[in-house]
Amino acid sequence: MSIASQDTGIRTGRVARTFIYLVLILFALFYMLPLYVMLVNSVKPLSEITGGGMMALPQVWTLEPWAKAWSTAQIGVEPTGLRPYFWNSISMVVPAVALSTILGALNGYVLTKWRFKGDTILFGLMLFACFIPFQIVLIPMAAVLGTLGLAGTTAGLVLVHLVYGIGFSTLYFRNYYAVFPTELVRAAQIDGAGFFRIFWRILLPSSGPISVVCIIWQFTNIWNDFLFGASFASGGGAPMTVALNNLVQSSTGVKEYNVHFAGAILAALPTLLVYIVAGRYFVRGLMAGSVKG
Amino acid sequence: MGFLDIDNATKSYGAVEVLHKVDIAVEEGEFLVLVGPSGCGKSTLLNMIAGLEDITSGEIRIKDQVMNGVHPSKRNIAMVFQSYALYPNMTVGQNITFGLEMHGVAKPERDKAMADVAKLLQIEQLLDRKPGQLSGGQRQRVAMGRALVRNPDVFLFDEPLSNLDAKLRVDMRTEIKKLHQNLGTTIVYVTHDQIEALTLSTRIAVMNGGYVQQLGTPKDIYDTPANLFVATFMGSPSMNLLPVKMGTDGNRLYAETTSDSGAPVRLAVHSPSDALMGYNGQTVTMGVRPEALTDVDGADQRSTHVERFSNTVMVTEPAGSDTFVTTNIGGVECIARMRADTDAAPGQTSEFAVNMEKAIFFDPKTEDRII
Repeated sequence: MSIASQDTGIRTGRVARTFIYLVLILFALFYMLPLYVMLVNSVKPLSEITGGGMMALPQVWTLEPWAKAWSTAQIGVEPTGLRPYFWNSISMVVPAVALSTILGALNGYVLTKWRFKGDTILFGLMLFACFIPFQIVLIPMAAVLGTLGLAGTTAGLVLVHLVYGIGFSTLYFRNYYAVFPTELVRAAQIDGAGFFRIFWRILLPSSGPISVVCIIWQFTNIWNDFLFGASFASGGGAPMTVALNNLVQSSTGVKEYNVHFAGAILAALPTLLVYIVAGRYFVRGLMAGSVKG
Repeated sequence: MGFLDIDNATKSYGAVEVLHKVDIAVEEGEFLVLVGPSGCGKSTLLNMIAGLEDITSGEIRIKDQVMNGVHPSKRNIAMVFQSYALYPNMTVGQNITFGLEMHGVAKPERDKAMADVAKLLQIEQLLDRKPGQLSGGQRQRVAMGRALVRNPDVFLFDEPLSNLDAKLRVDMRTEIKKLHQNLGTTIVYVTHDQIEALTLSTRIAVMNGGYVQQLGTPKDIYDTPANLFVATFMGSPSMNLLPVKMGTDGNRLYAETTSDSGAPVRLAVHSPSDALMGYNGQTVTMGVRPEALTDVDGADQRSTHVERFSNTVMVTEPAGSDTFVTTNIGGVECIARMRADTDAAPGQTSEFAVNMEKAIFFDPKTEDRII
């Protein structure tokens, strides 16, 4: 009985099953083709690419393009490689993600556990941040950054991403905390914990899954952003995405495709890492069984 | 002046008043149960005592200190919630001592207090576990431990047993009663379960529609309910309510109804009050609890006034210790509580006994008891 009831899948014959897997594998290979091309071409000398062997495995394996992309390639006018821009991106993305996540969590906490008149309207207005196209705010944002004296700096970019990120992070945390039992907050109040203590000791430790979701989302968005980076940070202050563009789009000299491929992978690496590392903690049910009997 | 004074406390949300001038004085060591159907305002009142809801007007005092506007943590109260509200990220031990930690009690003292409470509630072996790993009954104990460790002036319980299964609920009920007897603490307890109210309390406040309908000992509430609401809400199966016509035979007052064959049944009223005499000739509602409507052998032997009549049995429901018999008196389906091995059978005529000492009368218009 138990075996029969567990088999809820659609019954298929051996032939059909083989066919399904074949198609799935083909599609998987097809989707992985770009990654293959990037990886393969980033480890072969330029001559092999220009010789027309784009799909072939390298005859001579070399890490030279990676080294060049990282430290000596011509970005704009300086032969610095992507390295300084990588650190620009890190110093932009880390505070922007951290601040927007913490502020989103605080907003969610206030909007669900410390309700006040007009809180739903306020939340609705904050949600607008998720829908406003980036292009609309470019000019007013430039003016604001100019007034604040943050134009062209990493701090300015952090501010822009923070402002844009709060809408999403508030949405995430508000919805998560909306189903968080209010009785826990009340119990903590009776126990004598204040506003921040309740947040820090009761809510945050239970916010693992949603924090991971929020961090992945914010990190990916901010790291991959090109428009704000290109608009509000110039020259040496540009983030990785802008630098990669400058590397690839350089109009002088030979197009070093192998270096470009290596650079593109370098630019994508952190988001990949975030998915791989944080994905493990992306487990539901950390709250399971905490309240009802 | 009580230990906990609820003095004309009112609660309004905007223009809507949900609690109307509640006035209860709780003595030290008392076990007060607030009971009523959902939406009657009992939890709101409890939250007002806890400080989780503002008091719109009136006062709540604990030990003669006015509590209006005082933060929940400064009232020296502890609360057990319906969902237990254990902090999921902390161990049982941390859950119990969190309140002490927030009040700046030093670690050695906290640990000692925790050990004492754990011993009292027999949860010593659970201290390192997380709430998620506990059963319902264990969570309930931990929640009580968290309240006890603070050594508060007043304990507040918000339907603490309603998430437990039936057997565990009865066990924990006894446990809470024992705890109250041993510690002599002042408790305010909210429930919608009238059995819990009757078994646990030293006094009950029956609430409905934001009003306290009656405040009294369990015996008062059960035997002499103030009005029809209290009469029907308390007791299970609920009180039988018969429309009867009052009449006199010489100087004896009787209540007249009809058997299901249409024959008049006259039940002499036991020592009627002057007020009740005044209803002579009028129709009133007579309340008889199922245990006062029995088979002849099952009638209370100590009662000095039992009336008998014959009627047809409609349904019998054997409940193990008793058999509940449904019969139609005066056009109303009544439940009689008979002995378990009664020979009453559906469709047959059986003799019923009414313990008139326990019969009470209500004015059908005001729904208040005629005293």
